[in-house]
Parts: sequence; structure tokens; C-alpha cells
Amino acid sequence: MLSIKNLHASVEGKEILKGINLEVNAGEVHAIMGPNGSGKSTLASVLAGREEYEVTDGSVEFLGKDILELSPEDRAREGLFLAFQYPVEIPGVSTVNFIKTAVNEKRKYHGEEPLDAVSFMKLMKEKMNLVEINKSLLTRSINEGFSGGEKKKNEIFQMAMLEPKLTILDETDSGLDIDALRIVASGVNKLRDENRAIVVITHYQRLLDYLQPDFVHVLLNGKIVKNGTKELALELEEKGYDFIKEEFNPSVVS
Amino acid sequence: MEQIKLEYFGEEFKRLQSLNPDAFLSKVRKEGFETFNNKGLPTHKNEEWKYSGATVSNLFKKEYQLPEDAKHVQVSKDDIDEMRLPGFENANELVFVNGKFIPELSTIRTSQEQLVVMPLEEAENSNYKEIVKENLGKSNIFINDGIHALNTSFIYGGVFIYAVKKQIIENPVYLYHISDARDNHILAQPRSLVFLDERSKLQIVESYKTIGSMDSFTNEVAEVVVNTDAILEYYKIQNDKISASQVATTHVRQIGKSFAHTLVLSLNGGTIRNNTNMIMEAEGNEAHMYGLYLLKGKTHVDNHTLVDNTMPNCFSNELYKGVIDDSATGVFSGKIYVRPDAQKTNAYQSNNNILLSDNASVNSKPQLEIYADDVKCSHGCTVGRLDEEALFYLRARGISKEHAQAMLLQAFASNIVEQIKIEPLREYAEELITARLSEVNMEE
Repeated sequence: MLSIKNLHASVEGKEILKGINLEVNAGEVHAIMGPNGSGKSTLASVLAGREEYEVTDGSVEFLGKDILELSPEDRAREGLFLAFQYPVEIPGVSTVNFIKTAVNEKRKYHGEEPLDAVSFMKLMKEKMNLVEINKSLLTRSINEGFSGGEKKKNEIFQMAMLEPKLTILDETDSGLDIDALRIVASGVNKLRDENRAIVVITHYQRLLDYLQPDFVHVLLNGKIVKNGTKELALELEEKGYDFIKEEFNPSVVS
Repeated sequence: MEQIKLEYFGEEFKRLQSLNPDAFLSKVRKEGFETFNNKGLPTHKNEEWKYSGATVSNLFKKEYQLPEDAKHVQVSKDDIDEMRLPGFENANELVFVNGKFIPELSTIRTSQEQLVVMPLEEAENSNYKEIVKENLGKSNIFINDGIHALNTSFIYGGVFIYAVKKQIIENPVYLYHISDARDNHILAQPRSLVFLDERSKLQIVESYKTIGSMDSFTNEVAEVVVNTDAILEYYKIQNDKISASQVATTHVRQIGKSFAHTLVLSLNGGTIRNNTNMIMEAEGNEAHMYGLYLLKGKTHVDNHTLVDNTMPNCFSNELYKGVIDDSATGVFSGKIYVRPDAQKTNAYQSNNNILLSDNASVNSKPQLEIYADDVKCSHGCTVGRLDEEALFYLRARGISKEHAQAMLLQAFASNIVEQIKIEPLREYAEELITARLSEVNMEE
């Protein structure tokens, strides 16, 4: 589904990603872990199409298409979804109107008729139950005055509404208390199936306890330095990132 | 280089004065013309005209036709139909052609027991003559410049509007200002005096339209007096051609504890200067002043506001917002004056701007002059670009860049538009704004 080959990317002339290789197939859950500054969020941003990042080398194929050529909106319409680490507050734009626009622009892209009001409300109700989000939040402006947990729930709700093929969760666990984490994780789990894939970007093990990834990759200084299964995540939790740093870049740790 | 021509004003002034030399209006005009001769047209050296003086003065390099009277009006019913605003079925529609109020083309739907509308010349000799003499020309003290004096020099064919005591006037008053510039450049100088008596409520809406391909310049002065417990709503929609320029002064005096609500929506035109003044002459007044300017091309809009607190316990809130594209320019200059007696004043002011192109510009200038010690005043202004993070967030959900921009700009404008309390007019404004903002195409 997703094939990243030798991906190099820089921001303001500084190289952050230095040759990423990653293969993700339908039905799989991958975790990308790594210390702060290793390039995790940059990878998420590059995949979603944030314009301040410049891809200097390599390729990214998504469902057989070169997505680096596509605008952020077309990537989303093709089925890529980024759950933001810091969802943006947008005063004056109602959440319902926003999601309706997003759903219908995607449908239009695929040559489908827009959803009428009744079908849209029905879909919304169904997905609201799935992620246990309160309706009153959705009538408000996008994320305006939402708590950290509410913002992340709103991300998962949008994911549920848009039914992406590939979801990238960018530090979705950051800033969540244990209840919110459980709700967010169970929302994600309900959307898992053999046709969809998920890439979880995280610093910690705790979200992975709920999501049970098939593969774990460790990112360090812009490169994936170690691949494994969920046991690798447990090892990282126990030993911290230092043992990896020592193994691959001894000079970093004195 | 072409010179600014002013001589022809003298001849027309003499002619006007000879018609009825002893009238009260003649005295007012005389004072106006003396001021005009002393001051001349404003230049950028005048601090109040720093950003618009040169442009406005340059508009007087051409000679305008000065409309003598309304006798030979060429404007047809169709011309008026074209500019009627939504909700007109329930409105009192006052038609001005080239600055002159034309009763024959106007429709008054409210009974005379509630609302009195008559030409100023008539009002001067009517039961309302004391009100006219007491209040006409009071704005001269506050706006002491040549442009304002030019309007005063030619007060003729203006209108007097009186909301009767205790009358809640359901039908708003729509003022249609038509400039017939088919044959000549037109200088229109509408003048109105509006008096809201105790416990009355009145909504006023003004709009402007130039017919023909020649230039128009509208130099308008509306003096509005709000008595105790009265409620005023005043709206202005500026959506005329690039060949149409104007200086529009709305001078509101709250002479008793009352409520005023003003809103100026500027979309299209040449050079536009709005003076919106709120003079708090009684204790406990409340005023809300809004402005929204969505500019493109070479349009220049200068919003000048004054809140003058002379008495204690007054509240005012100003919110002006602008979206500026192409090489359009915006100006916001807001003065808040708190005089020594005006303790417990609450006066707030905010101006936010989004620039959509590298050639667009805005000057924002708050001025607070406070001579009392127990007051709450604040001001703030922002000038920026569209929020890139918000734009990316919407696009990352599959919303096109153009659509996302329009959504964000509309959200920016929404808290001004919702202040239009006349429903059909608000819907109309929303449509105009949606159309404008979805045509925006940002530079990469």
C-alpha cells in the first residue's frame, strides 16, 4: 500500500530525513518510534504534503501512485489521513460543516454524488458512537476551546468519517489521560480491517499496548535503524532509547 | 500637470445663496463656504488625512457637474429597481439622485404618526424647525476640514428624518444614492439630519450606485441625533464601481442615555473615506461600531472613527476587519477621546487585517486620548496573512486550497456580518461576501 524508498527531506535547508525505507501493506499496523528530534513528525508531515518540507531524494508510492506529486488535498482524497499531533483551532468554521465539506469533496473526487443531509447525519451519528464523541463538540467551531483529549477524539472522529486507506497517527497519545487514551485507541481499533493500514508515530509504549502493532521501527537521526515486532517496543520502554543511540551513534551518548 | 479646480464652486454657491438669502440654511451654507475657502482640500499633511488626502484632492482635478436641482431627473424606475436592497418590500425607500432627495421617486411605508420624512428646506419652516436649527451643522466642530465644509456649503435638497417619540419603527429606512454619470462627472453631496426622539427605534441603511461611465464623487454628511432610550441601527453598504469615490460622514450624537449600532460594509469602489463619529453627550450611552472591508483591484478604503466620551459611564466597542487583495489599500484610524468628566468610560477597539497579496497594504492607527483616571480602554490591531496551519489542516482533510481559503476568510468575516440585524440584508451581505471570497485566488 505504502512504499517509501530512500526518502530524503529537509526543512529550511537542513536535512531531517536521511534515507527512509518503509513498506506498509494493507491490514498491517506499523509503529515508528524514536527519541525527540529523530524525524518522526517530519516523516508524517512529508507524507501528508506539508509545503515547508522539501523532498530532496527518494520516492513515496501510495496505492501505486507517486504521492509526492499530489497536493495535500489530493493525497487525502486518495485515502491518506494524518491525525495531527497538534490539531488546529479554527474559530468561525463549524466542525459539522467542515467534515461535510471534506466528505463531499472526497466523494466528488471519486465521481460520487455528494451525501444528502439525511445520509450525512446518519453517518455522523454512527461514527460519533464509535469514537464516543459528544455531539455538542461538533456544533462548535473546529477544535475551538477543546481540551487536549477532545481534540484527539475529534481527529479520530474525522478519520472514522473519511474512512481512509492509510492512517498516520502522529503522537496521538501525547497529552492524553488514560481514559482518553483508551477511547482513542478503541476508536482506532474499531476501524481496523484487512483493507486498511495504520502507521503509529509515538514516543512511548502506552498507545501500543492498546493497538498491538505488527511491526515496530526505530527512527534515529533521520534513518530507520532497527526493525522488529512489538517486543522491540517493550524493550525500548524498558531500556530507553540510549541503547539504540549507543549502538548506532555512540558519540551522542557520552 | 492638471491642477485642482475649485473656482466653479464659487459661482454655484452664489447662485444657491441668491435663491433664499434669509433662510436658516443659507446661514449654515455661508459658514460652510467660509471654512471651505480657508481650509481648501485636505492634504496628506493633515494628520487626519495622512493616507487619503492626496488621493481625494486629486479627484478634484476634474470638473464635476454640480446638480442644480432635482427638476430634470433622468433616472427611471428601472434604474431604481436595479439597486433596491432585499427587504425593500418592508422598507421606507428614499431615493437620492446626484445628492438630492427626490420625494416623487421615494416610497414611505411607515405612517406619519411614527416617522416623518421631508426635505430639509421644508423642515426648516415646519413644526420641526427648532430641531433643525438646534442640530444641523453640529458635526462641523468635530470635522473641521474642507471636504466636510464643501458639503455644508451646498446643503440643498437634503432630507430630514424624524422618529417620533415612543415609536418602534418596524420598517427600516433605505437610502439609495444614485449618481447619474452618463454625461458628466458628478459631484453628489447628500445631506441628512436624522432625529430619534425618546424611546424610538430606527434602522437606516445606505447604499450607492453610479450609472454611466463618467466618474462620480459622493461627499455625504449624515448627522444623527439619538435621544434618551432610543435605539439606532445604521448600516452602509458600499459596492459601487471603481469610477465611484466617496467621503461618507456619519456623525452620531447620543444626547440622552441611548444605544447606537453602526456597520459599514465596503466591497467595491474607487477611493472611499468613511468618517464614523460617536459623540457621547449623556451618561450611560452604549455604542457598537463595526466595519468590514473586502478589497481588490485598486480600491482604497479609509475608515476613520471617533468615539468622544464627554460624560461618565459610557460603553463603546469597535471592531473593524479587512481582507485586502491585489493592490488595494486599507486604512483604519480610530480615535477614542475620554474627557475629564467621562469617568468609568469603557471603550474598546480592535482592527484585524488579512493581506492576500504582496501589493496589498493596510495602515492601522489607534489613537487614545484619555483625560480621566478611572477608565477602561483598550485597542489592538493585527495585520497578517491567512493562517497557514489552518489552511493545511483543511487541505489535509481533502478540501481544495481555494475552498479552504474561502472557508477561512468567511470565518474571519462572520462575526461582523452577523451584526447586521435586518435579516434579508444580512443574507444579502452573506451572499456578496461568499461570492467575493470564493473568487479569491492567492498567490503561491
